[in-house]
Amino acid sequence: MATNSQNLPSAIKSRSEAEKSIDRGFIWLTRIFALAIAGILLWIAVQVTIAAWPAIQQFGAGFLTKRTWNPVNDDYGVLAPVYGTIVSSFIGLLLAVPIGVGTAVLLSEDFLPVKVRTVLVFLVELLAAIPSVVYGVWGIFVLVPILSNLGRWLNSTLGWLPIFSTAPTGPGMLPAGVILAIMTLPIITAISRDALISVPPSLRQASLGLGATRWETIFQVLIPSAFSGIVSAVMLALGRAMGETMAVTMLIGNSNNLSASLLAPANTISSLLANQFSEASGLQVAALMYAALVLFILTLIVNILAELIVIRVKRI
Amino acid sequence: MNTDFPERSLSRAPMSGRTLFNTAMTGIAFLCGALALLPLLAVLSYVIIKGFSSLNLSIFTELPPAPLRQGGGFGNAILGTILMVGIGALISIPLGVIAAIYLTEFSSGKISRWIRFATNVLSGVPSIIAGVFAYGVVVLTLVKLNLGSYSALGGGFALAILMLPIIVRTTDEALQLVSQDLRQASVGLGATNFQTVTQVVLPAALPAIVTGSTLSIARAAGETAPLLFTALFSSFWIDWRNPLFQPTASLAVLVYNFAISPFKNWQSLAWAASLILVLMVLITSIIARWATRQKA
Repeated sequence: MATNSQNLPSAIKSRSEAEKSIDRGFIWLTRIFALAIAGILLWIAVQVTIAAWPAIQQFGAGFLTKRTWNPVNDDYGVLAPVYGTIVSSFIGLLLAVPIGVGTAVLLSEDFLPVKVRTVLVFLVELLAAIPSVVYGVWGIFVLVPILSNLGRWLNSTLGWLPIFSTAPTGPGMLPAGVILAIMTLPIITAISRDALISVPPSLRQASLGLGATRWETIFQVLIPSAFSGIVSAVMLALGRAMGETMAVTMLIGNSNNLSASLLAPANTISSLLANQFSEASGLQVAALMYAALVLFILTLIVNILAELIVIRVKRI
Repeated sequence: MNTDFPERSLSRAPMSGRTLFNTAMTGIAFLCGALALLPLLAVLSYVIIKGFSSLNLSIFTELPPAPLRQGGGFGNAILGTILMVGIGALISIPLGVIAAIYLTEFSSGKISRWIRFATNVLSGVPSIIAGVFAYGVVVLTLVKLNLGSYSALGGGFALAILMLPIIVRTTDEALQLVSQDLRQASVGLGATNFQTVTQVVLPAALPAIVTGSTLSIARAAGETAPLLFTALFSSFWIDWRNPLFQPTASLAVLVYNFAISPFKNWQSLAWAASLILVLMVLITSIIARWATRQKA
């Protein structure tokens, strides 16, 4: 670059062909890689559908409504795991949403000194980063014994309710739901807190200035204006809960019997996959792939809805 | 004029319904916070107490013992985790960083919106689906080519799928924070796009990119579900003549296998391995937090 300072006017050369082509090549490379990211989603869908094809042909849509899962006769249906996936996620959210939103309010308003809040926010983030299998180990050795005692009591006093109609055997729908609540809580708290913090302070001040109490402000001003953010937090948590595998597999009992009781062992799509995939062969692999496709579509719908809400929130 | 103006105190009556509701709700919010922190403290304290009591040096150097046999460790699982996370990082970091460069530097609004959308959706794909996908792409292909089946390569590929959206998103955010002046200065001096990105923009964003990559590595090391049927497990050391195409142990799968086993010695190894995983996440989060605070 410093070679031709003597003949300055001609120093302003146009770029060499090599330089130009490197530049063009680089831009194309980044473009291809970026499109590849989106392509991976498509690739996953295609790959799983191809692998599931024998089972799709064999069972069709009836796969979703059939209860049997019988590797001996090669007869498969996913009603029990689909039911388990939905019910366990529902229990998880039922517990996690009120506590998570409450914690988000606590951590977004000035209830606590800033230093304490920073530490708590960090702890909640950490809760989200702990590996799922560690929650599973903790669940087996700590949560299940506690919940078994609670379950025995529920069964003996409220046993006439169908949801408590069986004696607890240890693992089951209830421990799985509780561990899902613990695991989805940080997501709900973190995203709801972001939504609450981004409400303009002038709204808060106006409400307080009109004489509203702090909680009247929270319920009538802050939560309504952060509502779509909170809804998207719940949707993302739902997607996470439906796909969560390890902790649920270790706590749900892995039984394909369909039972209304929350104390009975059950199964989810992901725990079905985790348990059977490595030992499956033939049509069973295809049936498991079909189950995976069902889970993929379910979580895709939930995640896309959540993303669309987030995008709408950002535009406003 | 204002004779009928009510003469009331401006402070709120302490026993009015509104004040009581306010106080009660504050109590409920603190209760929610306590309920949210309780499991965290319970999980952390259990893992630390149980894990430290079964931690010793042989854990890093020995193979898993037979059931009911004392001693032993999981050195092979630590190496396997490092190997597979390494493969995942090798695939996902270049791909993710280059894709993120397109998003911030070269793309028009519409395409980048779509790709960001796809990245976020990809980050919500359940980890077990990444495992199923890697089984179809890598394991079945290896079987067809007669090179093996369950392998570190399949495990690493599955982990790469899970790391990719985290890396794209953190790099994207880091690049957006680089000031526009730097780019204009570089272009004004006659640099090409390629030179601007590689010599000005990337170095400026490097600390944040490294932090994001480290966090994604910590996440990937704790992933279990996608490894169950891509890398499987092995009780032996990795055969370094052929490291990529054989079943490979990992810390996370070891925790799962040993925790659900009925043997006390295996269960205590599961606690020790859990402790190592949690410490890794804890330390990387603290370093990441510290690094971002330094910058801000």
